[in-house]
Amino acid sequence: MVQTPNTIRSGPDDRGHFGIYGGRYVAETLMPLILELEKAYNEAKADPEFHGELESLNTHYTGRPSPMYFAERLTEELGGAKIYFKRDELNHTGSHKINNCLGQILLAMRMGKTRIIAETGAGQHGVATATVCARFGLPCVVYMGATDVERQKPNVFRMKLLGAEIVPVTAGAGTLKDAMNEALRDWVTNVDDTYYLIGTAAGPHPYPELVRDFQSVIGKEAREQILELEGRLPDAVVAAVGGGSNAIGLFHPFLDDESVEIVGVEAGGRGLTGEEHCASLTAGKPGVLHGNRTYLLQDEDGQILEGHSISAGLDYPGIGPEHSWLNDIGRAKYVPIMDHEALEAFQMLTKVEGIIPALEPAHALAHVVKMAPKMRKDQIIVMNLCGRGDKDVFAVGEMLGFDL
Amino acid sequence: MTDTRIDRRFKACADANRPALVTFITAGDPDLETSKSILKSLPAAGADVIELGMPFSDPMAEGIPIQLASQRALKGGQKMDKTLQMVRGFREDDQDTPIILMGYYNPIYIRDPKLFVKEAKDAGVDGLILVDIPPEADDELCIPALEAGLNFIRLATPTTDDERLPAVLANTSGFVYYVSVTGVTGSGAMNAGNVVDAVQRIKGHTDLPVAVGFGVKTAEDAARIGKAADGVVVGSVIVEAIRNSLDDAGVATEKTVKAVTDLVSSLAEGAARARKA
Repeated sequence: MVQTPNTIRSGPDDRGHFGIYGGRYVAETLMPLILELEKAYNEAKADPEFHGELESLNTHYTGRPSPMYFAERLTEELGGAKIYFKRDELNHTGSHKINNCLGQILLAMRMGKTRIIAETGAGQHGVATATVCARFGLPCVVYMGATDVERQKPNVFRMKLLGAEIVPVTAGAGTLKDAMNEALRDWVTNVDDTYYLIGTAAGPHPYPELVRDFQSVIGKEAREQILELEGRLPDAVVAAVGGGSNAIGLFHPFLDDESVEIVGVEAGGRGLTGEEHCASLTAGKPGVLHGNRTYLLQDEDGQILEGHSISAGLDYPGIGPEHSWLNDIGRAKYVPIMDHEALEAFQMLTKVEGIIPALEPAHALAHVVKMAPKMRKDQIIVMNLCGRGDKDVFAVGEMLGFDL
Repeated sequence: MTDTRIDRRFKACADANRPALVTFITAGDPDLETSKSILKSLPAAGADVIELGMPFSDPMAEGIPIQLASQRALKGGQKMDKTLQMVRGFREDDQDTPIILMGYYNPIYIRDPKLFVKEAKDAGVDGLILVDIPPEADDELCIPALEAGLNFIRLATPTTDDERLPAVLANTSGFVYYVSVTGVTGSGAMNAGNVVDAVQRIKGHTDLPVAVGFGVKTAEDAARIGKAADGVVVGSVIVEAIRNSLDDAGVATEKTVKAVTDLVSSLAEGAARARKA
């Protein structure tokens, strides 16, 4: 890949590659659509009006900038580095997903598309997509694995209230990857009017790039906020990684800051020795799925495995291609956190800071709990608190044996 | 132009003034032994060219019938080694019927594309159709396949406009597979008039034969499409015939092979009368 000297932020190249990762591996029917999207995005990127409109929505609809919060009691409790949370869980709709949805819906409308489709796992992206579709008056179809429809009922109802049509997907294990297959099948069928609003920084080029760009508002704000609050850059930034959109959003503006350690936290599920985890980078191999080359959980014959995580939002056997590249070049490191560790962190944050996190950032937090005590008190960690836990309280209650 | 089993077979069909009947089955569906029997029975039933599906866990461009066929095969323990072994076995008795492996990139990528094309050629495979590698990534598999002596058959679709067609056709060989509808396999009914126009449009860019698929279900369809097209591709209804022949536990019965050969014979009869008044 051609890199501007001294930056690793210039990817992808014009074929959509980050190193060997990324690219455009889709059926011919979709190729012209992907190329059209790339052209439309490049034009939008260069248009101040597009940026102005997005910024205005971010400010007045989502509530950006999200606060940078010093978690004083948690810092004391852990007795090491100062811990800051980038509070994207306070966004409208309760997670970082809205950042991407607003950017993409504006893009869809620029392209004259009149029907929006999306895939969702935990339902956070589905809710955010249904929200922007309601806001702009576009019909919305959300594909969701039948298993996820069962375990994420509150979000299913939210999406219905917002006017979206939910299509339960029974193929495969009925989780996120199957929902994505089905969304692609819809797109291949409805090529003229439909815009596929992908929820994570994965898929065929230009999705990984544009989702990253729309999510990078997180890292840009975080960088400015921490410089203002502490007068210096953090020592580490930490985020949970499923497909990796909140993580790349936080990481990207820090990639060239060599002093900042970058840590992505994967779902270790019930342990990496079996198949019940979603740690694509720690335990997967490079492969090609859903339009891009990236690390995937797969067997020796190239069949994709179903991941497992306590968190439906991390339950995806792949990861965004830029993460795969950052992993290989060593700029970011990726570590697994087990279900039970995330569950402990979930409870800890609730009790110590009065914040109920989603199970996804609870994974990031569980790693912060491990690393902070080993750091000096004058060191700083910024963690992306990318979603709130309202959607998870029933599931967590069940796991903890509460009778709800 | 190359000189392969595929080229020779299309030429022979053209000389006989009929379209080639291209039939699809999934390797290992519903189990390896039955699948071998089905494969072996196809030429006598009237198949001119055989597409052998390499099962994949995430067949993104397939409708329900071929998704289920893939799942049956994988559940039965089908692996790429066994798929190649099936072709080798078929070649012991049949030196003439072209076999094309069709599927998705990942099971090839994980093996190493350059090694795979040699293995496939050695096994007696004649061509490849990959759903998810566009011409923009020709260097990865298409070029190595051509160098190994395999045909690389590209899909052209209603969204492939005249500006893009030359890029799609550049390294295509054997034939061009025209996908008659925007949609997944087995979906919707095609409009025969549109298909004629589309075939003419593609022929304006290439001398290769043009085969048409996605939505061919009956002998009537084969006869209609085969008027204009050099080949007619049938897949979903064949794997559906397999599915309908299974017992309640999803196991092959004595009817399974015959269900396929009866259907293929009927389709072949349709194709044979395509250009007769």
